[in-house]
Amino acid sequence: MTDQQGTENPSTKRGLSYGERRKQRIDELAAASVDETPGVSLYASAWRRLRRNPVFLIGAGITVLFVILAVISPWLAPWDPAATPLLDKVRPQSNPIPGPEPGHPLGGDDRGRDLLSRLLVGSQQTLIVGVMATLFGLVGGITLGTLAGALGGWVDSVIMRMVDVLLSIPSLLLAISIAALAQKPSQWTVIIAIAVIQVPIFARLLRGSLLGQRVSDHVLAARALGVKRGAIVFRHMLPNALGPVIVQATLVLATAIIDAAALSFLGVGNSDDRRPEWGQMLARAQPFIYDHPHLAIYPAACIITVALGFTLMGESLREALDPKSRR
Amino acid sequence: MLRFIIRRLIQMVGVVLVLSFLLFMWLRSLPGGPVSAILGERATESRRQALEAALGLDQPIFVQYLKFLQRAIQGDFGISTQVLPGTDALEIFLMRLPATLELSFFAMLIAIPLGIPLGYFAARRRGSALDNTSIVVSLLGVAVPVFFTAFLLKYFFAIKWPIFPVSGRQSADVDATRVTGFFVLDGILTREWDAAWDAFMHLVLPSIALATIPFAIIFRITRASVLDVLDEDYVRTAEAKGLTLRVIRSRHVLRNAMLPVTTIIGLQVGLLLGGAVLTETVFSFPGIGQALAEAFRDKDYAVLQVLIMAAAAIFVLVNLLVDISYALIDPRVRAR
Repeated sequence: MTDQQGTENPSTKRGLSYGERRKQRIDELAAASVDETPGVSLYASAWRRLRRNPVFLIGAGITVLFVILAVISPWLAPWDPAATPLLDKVRPQSNPIPGPEPGHPLGGDDRGRDLLSRLLVGSQQTLIVGVMATLFGLVGGITLGTLAGALGGWVDSVIMRMVDVLLSIPSLLLAISIAALAQKPSQWTVIIAIAVIQVPIFARLLRGSLLGQRVSDHVLAARALGVKRGAIVFRHMLPNALGPVIVQATLVLATAIIDAAALSFLGVGNSDDRRPEWGQMLARAQPFIYDHPHLAIYPAACIITVALGFTLMGESLREALDPKSRR
Repeated sequence: MLRFIIRRLIQMVGVVLVLSFLLFMWLRSLPGGPVSAILGERATESRRQALEAALGLDQPIFVQYLKFLQRAIQGDFGISTQVLPGTDALEIFLMRLPATLELSFFAMLIAIPLGIPLGYFAARRRGSALDNTSIVVSLLGVAVPVFFTAFLLKYFFAIKWPIFPVSGRQSADVDATRVTGFFVLDGILTREWDAAWDAFMHLVLPSIALATIPFAIIFRITRASVLDVLDEDYVRTAEAKGLTLRVIRSRHVLRNAMLPVTTIIGLQVGLLLGGAVLTETVFSFPGIGQALAEAFRDKDYAVLQVLIMAAAAIFVLVNLLVDISYALIDPRVRAR
């Protein structure tokens, strides 16, 4: 209890306008309704527990390494991923996949391109596909979810029926269907296809979370004080409701990368392989998979590691942000 | 209860109708379209127009949709052009369906009896070696692309150590009588034990591959749900009343913890269909998943129509059944 006194914003005592003070009072109310233990916000306590959680640290470590690798890989890779330095070693009949040799520690692929360089640079495309797909999915989902959860009524009904219809199509099927619409499959068709299957999930999640906020005391208080609806939604409801959506987004980063691989495998993925992506490399390795399994195993191992990193991070975030687990 | 079911049925019809419209629009906007698919890209303009008129593609879009709907209700989705040229598309679906149902059934036969008990014991011994190992396994189940799992299984257990067959549903040299289209069941019904065993061996690897994701999800939901219930006041009350551990566990914990698990099992149907596309492709397993992959690759619109519509309808129907069973188990749901 003494803690709460300490954290009270000293500026409330100074001569602020009535409106300012009222805003602050609501903000305090909103904050107070979120945390049960006074003085420590949900996020602060979550962070304190996360710092000691080895699962989170491993997941976050993998993620950070992956992002760094994706950024610096063009300088790290010894060869241009599109160059074909090993082309003269490729014999379609006897030796389709050049083995390791000095300068090419992992050997080459079926077109004589340096495998290590492709793996390194592949991290960049993989990150772009995962992040962009999740970002687009988030934007779509947050827009629809906010409209549905904040406005309610017929808007809510219409949006949620649409979401239900989208959810009633098995997600991989939906992704293939959307990817198949493109005249020429590219990186962007993959990103859009994967983003679309995330939209209904994010929208539903956010709506549910907003509905919970709508009946909460701090929103009631804000409404009683006459705060405008827009301000209530954007300043009081949305920030508190976004938690589960953000957690879901970390988990979606993992599935987005895996789904992109599945789309490539089914032949509706990015067909331009001058800028490699792990899922596409894995799919392209299929014809050689029995005689040269390493061609598939390297990109698969990369995908699995990164997907595991995102998942570990997301799962521990979810657990840490769950108010129930604070006990 | 009856009102609940009727309301959900009406909702379901609505969803399927909207889906059919989306599917119709989707098919119309695919690159090339049906005319190019039939005539090829280089057909003359007059031949294209003639075919468009013959197919009714020159009429207003909603007239086309109504005709499409009328034919669909009669089960007429057109003739396959690529997957099995000349065969009725609905027939292809019906021919392929038992294979996928059988595969999904075996996959769930692995995922449920493994996922629920493991989830339960992991939750009871939170933080134990069992708990941590199962969490890691379930995370791997999600992180590994299904088709890669399938490939690994095939590589090790069918090629390197040929314990299981590499592909297909039945060995060519087995002469089996067909009754239901479910090969294992057929073998048992006709007492052709060798045929049943052969079909079963063909199912092992694909079902394990397909089971990884539902297993991981069922395990995680069960674990989380049991953990939640263990914290509930009524469990503490039951303990305080002095009930035996066995009664508390079976009546209070397990029964309540199973509610979210039932829902999630229903939702797996969609994942199974998606996974079947990948698994069946790797193992050349002649189910609807493989037909879908082929239809996408070869742009067989008739087959695509029927398969996507059927996949969505099955998914919606199963979720309706889940909702109904949910209402049967939990009286609180009915009240809503």
